[in-house]
Amino acid sequence: MPMRELYIGAFTAFALACAAPAQAQSPYGIGRAATPAEIAGWNIDIDRDGNNLPPGSGSVSHGHEVFDQQCAVCHGAKGEGGLGDQLVGGQGTLATPKPVRTVGSYWPYAPTLFDYIRRAMPQNAPESLSNDDVYAVSAYILNLNGLLPGDATLDAMTLAAIKMPNRGMFVSDPRPDVKNPACMTGC
Amino acid sequence: MTEPTDIGNSLAVTSRRRFLREGGVLVGGVVVAGGLSGSAASAATKDAGNLPPNVPEWMKTPGDPMGSQLYGTPSPFEKDVVKNIPKNLPQYLSASGRTPLQDLDGIITPNGLFYERHHGGVPTIDPAQHRLILHGLVDKPLIFTMEDIRRFPSESHIYFLECSGNPSYKRPYGKTASDLVGLLSCAEWTGVSLKLVLQEAGLQPGAKWVVAEGADAAALTRSIPIDKCLDDAMLVYSQNGERLRPQQGYPLRLLLPGFEGNMSIKWLRRLRVAAEPTYSREETSKYTDLMPDGSAREFTFYMEAKSIITRPSGGQRLSAPGFQEISGIAWSGRGKIRRVDVSVDNGNSWQEAQLQEPVLPRALTRFRLPWQWNGQAAVIQSRATDETGYVQPTLSELLAVRGDNYFYHNNAIWPWRIAAGGEVSNANA
Repeated sequence: MPMRELYIGAFTAFALACAAPAQAQSPYGIGRAATPAEIAGWNIDIDRDGNNLPPGSGSVSHGHEVFDQQCAVCHGAKGEGGLGDQLVGGQGTLATPKPVRTVGSYWPYAPTLFDYIRRAMPQNAPESLSNDDVYAVSAYILNLNGLLPGDATLDAMTLAAIKMPNRGMFVSDPRPDVKNPACMTGC
Repeated sequence: MTEPTDIGNSLAVTSRRRFLREGGVLVGGVVVAGGLSGSAASAATKDAGNLPPNVPEWMKTPGDPMGSQLYGTPSPFEKDVVKNIPKNLPQYLSASGRTPLQDLDGIITPNGLFYERHHGGVPTIDPAQHRLILHGLVDKPLIFTMEDIRRFPSESHIYFLECSGNPSYKRPYGKTASDLVGLLSCAEWTGVSLKLVLQEAGLQPGAKWVVAEGADAAALTRSIPIDKCLDDAMLVYSQNGERLRPQQGYPLRLLLPGFEGNMSIKWLRRLRVAAEPTYSREETSKYTDLMPDGSAREFTFYMEAKSIITRPSGGQRLSAPGFQEISGIAWSGRGKIRRVDVSVDNGNSWQEAQLQEPVLPRALTRFRLPWQWNGQAAVIQSRATDETGYVQPTLSELLAVRGDNYFYHNNAIWPWRIAAGGEVSNANA
């Protein structure tokens, strides 16, 4: 390579390095900045600690009404299941030949209930319930499972404070956990 | 509607009518997929006028003209090679449909037969109105159009995709290879390395997970470890050369090679970089593995080494004693298949099968073993070993450790019983 091109190349690299601000530049410059409003409108994640739970509240009794109107047709009048999953009962069955996995028996975190109902339920019209209705129906399902009194009202703080019974029963992946000796003859 | 489509439709109608008319000749004949059995028997019931020494009628008249099908479809004689959809499900919005593995050759699954699993139906998304938002622990939150995504450097790889529950540990077990492990397919995927897209936004310290979300009615969401996102994870827009099918996430999906299928979020609309998993319903109350003591394993991502003989397999019939090629597929979420052993004597002895090149990491590998069937009852099965040295276990070995409440990640050896008459059935059933 001629010296002149080497100089130009070195100078270009130096100029680019100087031009880079303290924050790393996007290598390809593809896409545009997402606005806080765009992110807030789409970010419906609620983690296990209840981060990002919205303002609002709902009572067990209002949740009963919402459940009867929106949920009972698939999940049964008392959450016993039907077209949709069984939501209630099953505590004490997980180590038996017929485990019944419900919100009460299996779900480790209560805020996940809000997250899931808001993003995916009712199945025919997800994201149609108000935040107050989602709090209320979460409260009612927890009440049906004996995890919340009948006169309770849930909001971001009280929902995040609920300790689910099965919370301590999840373990990390130990696989490979099964060994086949790979016998070739006389097996 | 455009003119070419009109022409195509009218020609297609003509073609269908001709098929229906000629199909009358076939009444009483049996269409056998795979051609393992009955070729002589069915030929005898067909019009012998098309057999030597006669000139077949399809040589005496021109065939369908160019443009008869603007998007090609299989021969009408292959009409039974379709997705295997379970009957009598309580509902079909959150459900799965299987690939007819026993009717396919090679390692690539045709797009129309790729297995499906969705949790809130299949959305119809206008790519011009689709957006991907990348936010959370990044220097610069970004929003991308589909045009933006396709501007990134592209790459293509062949990977399998398998549903975590394929099949259950509990009886009743399926009859065919598709019934058993048909929630498995393999394709060439084209898109952009997720690493490049994350670098575009700039990862901040503490970024350990990426929470992905779909734009379907389930807004399906899963958390993925950052190591996987910076390794071989892809944002995919094409499959086997054409744009993704709606059932596979059109216009954009995540693809996590070797991980359980539900994590490869379809209709991808959002990636949130986080310090912790989100612990969504799908990674706590679903897709966790219940142990006999009531504890449950979470974040069980990898699909371990597995194989199945697809020919001969359940529901097929060997037509006569003599040479039969045993053929099947093997795969591992942890890398390449190192070897496949086959037993034709109910597991008493095993012999190494031939692997068809290419043998690719986290892709299906086709294996073959020449076999002389003596016409006696037999049990045949295959056993895969991957490049980590892991050996595919038997069902009883799995059950002894995990019990039958485990549900997901069943990678057991599946033996087929061949009766003296040639009928093939599930030996575990």
